[in-house]
Amino acid sequence: MKDLVEIRWHGRGGQGAKTASLLLADAAFNTGKYIQGFPEYGPERMGAPITAYNRISDTPIRIHSNIYEPDYVVVVDDTLLESVDVTAGLKQDGAIVINTTKGKDYLDKVLRGYKGSVYTIDAKKVSLETLGKYFPNTPMLAAIVKVASIMEEKDFLADMKGSFGHKFAKKPEVIEGNMKALELALKEVQKIQ
Amino acid sequence: MGIRERLSGNEAAAIAMKQINPDVVAAFPITPSTEIPQYFSTFVSNGSVDTEFVAVESEHSAMSACVGAESAGARAMTATSANGLSYMWEMIYIASSLRLPIVMSLVNRAVSGPLNIHCDHSDAMGARDSGWIMLFSENNQEAYDNLIMAHRIAEHKDVLLPLMVCQDGFITSHSIENIELIEDDKVKEFVGTYHPEHYLLNEKEQMAVGPLDVQPFLFEHKYQQAEAMRNAKKVVADVAKDFEKITGRKYSFFEEYMLDDAEIAIVCMNSTAGTAKTVVDELRTSGVKAGLLKVRMFRPFPAEEISEALGHLKAVAVMDRSDSLNGAGGALFEDVVSSMYVGQKQVPTVSYVYGIGGRDTTSKDIHEVYSYLQDVVKTGKIDNPYRYVGLRK
Repeated sequence: MKDLVEIRWHGRGGQGAKTASLLLADAAFNTGKYIQGFPEYGPERMGAPITAYNRISDTPIRIHSNIYEPDYVVVVDDTLLESVDVTAGLKQDGAIVINTTKGKDYLDKVLRGYKGSVYTIDAKKVSLETLGKYFPNTPMLAAIVKVASIMEEKDFLADMKGSFGHKFAKKPEVIEGNMKALELALKEVQKIQ
Repeated sequence: MGIRERLSGNEAAAIAMKQINPDVVAAFPITPSTEIPQYFSTFVSNGSVDTEFVAVESEHSAMSACVGAESAGARAMTATSANGLSYMWEMIYIASSLRLPIVMSLVNRAVSGPLNIHCDHSDAMGARDSGWIMLFSENNQEAYDNLIMAHRIAEHKDVLLPLMVCQDGFITSHSIENIELIEDDKVKEFVGTYHPEHYLLNEKEQMAVGPLDVQPFLFEHKYQQAEAMRNAKKVVADVAKDFEKITGRKYSFFEEYMLDDAEIAIVCMNSTAGTAKTVVDELRTSGVKAGLLKVRMFRPFPAEEISEALGHLKAVAVMDRSDSLNGAGGALFEDVVSSMYVGQKQVPTVSYVYGIGGRDTTSKDIHEVYSYLQDVVKTGKIDNPYRYVGLRK
């Protein structure tokens, strides 16, 4: 991992992109890194496009602005691809991770000539299989951890078990499903470019 | 060695309040500071503090309750933002004139209108002449540290003034970042117990609070307030020394970043100072002698020290996250240039208004400011001293 990794999340209000960015910050923090996790607060409504950000670094982070030239982009909802310029400023040696079942031909069209790496995952399938409901943020969290090599998979899983235990203290029945969602997502994310 | 944690700026402020464990907290929620009383009320419910939490119906009442509590002899705190501070207006002057060392967390946000819930400093700048000590914080760590130091400063017998700790709404209040917390017992020992000299619940000394103060007295009372504000400088410095002993973190009236040998510099407050530091580093690697002065203590204003620190420069830009709408320049700009004039330091200085209503202030914006300063040095001319950065053309 580089000294400073910058990640931008695109999702829709209610899908948990903000939560995922905070969980990612937590996981990286637990490996000893300096972190930032923050959403871009706009007029938030259920279903409206939202953006969230992460910075992960080996040294203290002083910059306080949004991220315009990310190393990685995570797209939690592929219906955004035609309306939001998700690859804007994305580094050519970086990568984009998209929750989609669409193929390369379609993605080539909507990614506006992006030449870097493109990864896809069917987070809906993962989520339905493991949680029985559609919560795309848990699989997308695992996908970006793997693609950006933020930490070892086994350390990540061990850490998330603790985080979920804390987050879902009042509904422990969902912890196992979320852990399975992470494990399956680590296997399912595919590089297509 | 402190406790390594990751918290948002609002969480950091709430944790500081928990460790301080004041007698009274009175607050009314307003974005982006809502989480502070929200988290604090859970500490009250869980019994991790023994504070009397007064859930009032407005900010006017929040500050009134703090005034009442402090007059009675209690230690009181509150938190607010923007229009919440506006609604306290009458009471913030009462608090300072009654010499009540109330401590407030002000999470900076644009004052309406039009309605905007995002960061700028128009709320704080409106209160700059209200007789409150004002400390600004670059990040969650500084917001926390400033709160831990706040009561020691405000309650000092030579001061006895209310104090607000400012941080940037959303930019630091809602961003999770690393922080080093101080152990509970160390905070308790550092902050100490509050022993007011005069207070309403003292049955051995009867007193009146807030009676009519007519022509023969008000002038002298205002002079005493002004003296207290002047005295605060030494106390802020002394408390910072003690704080450094327990944490290793050094605080001054302002932070000088690469300023000693700089030729051009920016003066600013809060989170943008962090972004400016990264830009200074970039400029230094390309041989540009850029520096930064980050103001921490805005009230009292460290006029002499600032004019000394900036006197050797060839050009200065003072950045205000609030437009004073006065046709002359931002509030911080005016304080800096008057300090330099009085200190007989002649440095070409410009005012930059930036970041209004949460407009993101990027490294590119900061580069633009330094680049203009380089032009000023080269040409010796300022075409317009009242400037904007990040404004859509």
